[in-house]
Amino acid sequence: MSEDEARVSTRKRVTVPKTYKLYVGGSFARSESGRVVAVADADGTFRANAAKASRKDLRDAVAAARKAFGGWSGASAHNRGQVLFRVAEMLEGTRDRFTSEVAATEGLSATEAERAVDTAVDRMFWYAGWTDKLGVLRGGVGQVSGPYTVHSTPEPVGVVGVVAPRRSSLLGLVSVLAPVLAAGNSAVVLVDTELAVPAVSMCEAMATSDVPGGVVNVLTGDPAELISRLASHSDVDALDPGGADESLRGELEETAAGSVKRVLDAPLVEPDWSTAPGTGRLRAFTELKTVWHPLGE
Amino acid sequence: MTEPDANPLEYAPAPESATVAALRERYRPFIDGEFTDGTGAVFSSVNPATGEPLAEITGSAESDVDRAVAAADEAFRRRWAAISGTDRAKYLFRIARLLQERSRELAVLETLDTGKPVRQATEFDLPNAAAWFLHYAGWADKLDHAGFGPSPEPLGVTGQVIPSNFPLLLLAQRVAPALACGSTVVVKPAERTPLTALVFGELCEQAGIPPGTVNILPGDSGTGASLLAHRGVRHAVFTGSTEVGERVRRGLAGRGKRVTSELGGNGVNIVFADAAPEEAVRGVIEGAFFNQGRVRCAGSRLLVEESAAEEFVARLRDSMAELRVGDPMDRNTDVGALGSTAEVERLSELVERGVAEGASRWTVPATLPRRGDFMAPTLLTDVQQSMSVARTEIFGPVLSVLTFRTAREAVTKADNTPYGLAAGVWSEKGSRALWTARGLRTGVVWANTFHRFDPTAPFGGRGESGNGHVGGAAGLEAYLDV
Repeated sequence: MSEDEARVSTRKRVTVPKTYKLYVGGSFARSESGRVVAVADADGTFRANAAKASRKDLRDAVAAARKAFGGWSGASAHNRGQVLFRVAEMLEGTRDRFTSEVAATEGLSATEAERAVDTAVDRMFWYAGWTDKLGVLRGGVGQVSGPYTVHSTPEPVGVVGVVAPRRSSLLGLVSVLAPVLAAGNSAVVLVDTELAVPAVSMCEAMATSDVPGGVVNVLTGDPAELISRLASHSDVDALDPGGADESLRGELEETAAGSVKRVLDAPLVEPDWSTAPGTGRLRAFTELKTVWHPLGE
Repeated sequence: MTEPDANPLEYAPAPESATVAALRERYRPFIDGEFTDGTGAVFSSVNPATGEPLAEITGSAESDVDRAVAAADEAFRRRWAAISGTDRAKYLFRIARLLQERSRELAVLETLDTGKPVRQATEFDLPNAAAWFLHYAGWADKLDHAGFGPSPEPLGVTGQVIPSNFPLLLLAQRVAPALACGSTVVVKPAERTPLTALVFGELCEQAGIPPGTVNILPGDSGTGASLLAHRGVRHAVFTGSTEVGERVRRGLAGRGKRVTSELGGNGVNIVFADAAPEEAVRGVIEGAFFNQGRVRCAGSRLLVEESAAEEFVARLRDSMAELRVGDPMDRNTDVGALGSTAEVERLSELVERGVAEGASRWTVPATLPRRGDFMAPTLLTDVQQSMSVARTEIFGPVLSVLTFRTAREAVTKADNTPYGLAAGVWSEKGSRALWTARGLRTGVVWANTFHRFDPTAPFGGRGESGNGHVGGAAGLEAYLDV
């Protein structure tokens, strides 16, 4: 082997970089503003230029979520469950990629990242199983005095605006998004560009697992810039401010009061996302409808 | 006065006795287990049916709010949350029994204070208030089985602002679940209707509930605002109009409180051509005029299928003409007095605006009492969706009629409001009634019935009608840290 040949064979391969885009209405697109933010791994290495969403992107995302809501909420609970199980399958199938992305993004060891990814897959799987059991969780039969049959059934709230967690890229995101979807809502999620890499990969899992376009919309960018627009948008029915900075919470709640939005009672300090969730998030993004009908001969 | 033989079917007055209400000259705040003189301004409660003052009430000042919240906090930490669920249940049961025993007195007092028909207060408000306490008494020691996971914890001190349309019943619907969960309460009844709430304080005393567990602070909206904003209040419950509710929520933003708001509505009754006409007419009338229409889930809009509209409206008018409007203390009265003169003026203006916008008005030919805040039930036809009468919350005896052609159109029109509290659907075809019920964006749908309430059936709004539920296990959720 000549010296030249030896040099070529040991040289590191030049990789094809991925373009990190917004996920809106089922498509990956650059921000209409043309803005990007350089994203570095936890060790400072340049990774990519992630799209930085604008207010216009936010409006488009809400419109896409509203458009998709009817089909998603109208699908059978069984069908929604199948779709979300499929998301879990897709996450599982790309476990290794997620592990390296989460490790690089959060500066975790391979083992820690692996644990976070495994928990994220399991969490999606857990919530997928809830879709056709919400009636047991929240609904029921009213044993009323009088000749009536009365039943209460859960219904989704509508379009839910989510400020994604900052302390956990994939596991945090799945933990807040899965219950919104399982309850039959569509979502507009704001993700800090620092966490864009695993977030965009998760969108790819959504896009390849029968989640109808527009049900999940993910905007990478500077959440602080868009949060108040999300809270004031009259077509957003509920808000999870969990990932918003403590200093913004008051303003968010105040803005959301204008259209009587549901606001998740999210703790100011992010929880440890690895602990098993209760049903609070499913309940928070569910409405209850009670239907009465008289009985008679 | 009509000659007896002029119309043998005319009802003779059947007046209830006002002395049953055991009115006192003065009512006082109930704080830390005692009736004490508040340090706020003295105001009087007026009978809206006569305009006469009923009693004087010592209002609550800022310092009284401080004292009541401190008492509620102390009771929460040392007494109420610490006792067993079964003991809490027994206290709630005692309150339910006391409500039943003093039902007639409280019904008459409620009628004097609100102007609602005494028959309604007796047959609806009071039995339901007691039923709510009985239902939630049973929950107090079964919270582990309510669907919120094991050992759900109470939130803490709850501040409650109660409106004037169902003073005692709405208090019961909110206080019973709070107490069952182990929370303690500070209640601010409506300024115009504080009397039954203050007698409720006496019931708590008689039931032997630990001091500070229930506190009642009469006062104006300022008292309510300082109560809900108080830093010792962990959970603020506001029931009232959407406008005020939004303001309250804005004011409480960022204070780390849970806010439950039960707000306005713009309810609808959808009548299909195949509906049973008599039942539907009765339901539409009850929907629009029960409690003088001062119900947040009133069916103040009627959507009737176009092909049946003319005949249905004619029947409706005939039946409306039978409504007896007047003295609330007469057991025959169907529609009593509104809450205040301002209410009558607001509604008259609303109707005028509707007429100016093109609606046709028809009013029940009733002779209204010369004194008091009365308004004859009013029907507006030729109403379009864009008119203010069809868009705003009515909260009075005014019914607007609109038409539709298909079920889909009916649902779209019914949902064309930011509110989402209640709706009625009338059709003899089960699949259509239930399909329509599913499509409506409301918290409650009454199919072939209207205005049915029960402590076992969750009731609550969507959208701008608020975010809280009363009734059933769902009614516990707001008071638990889950």
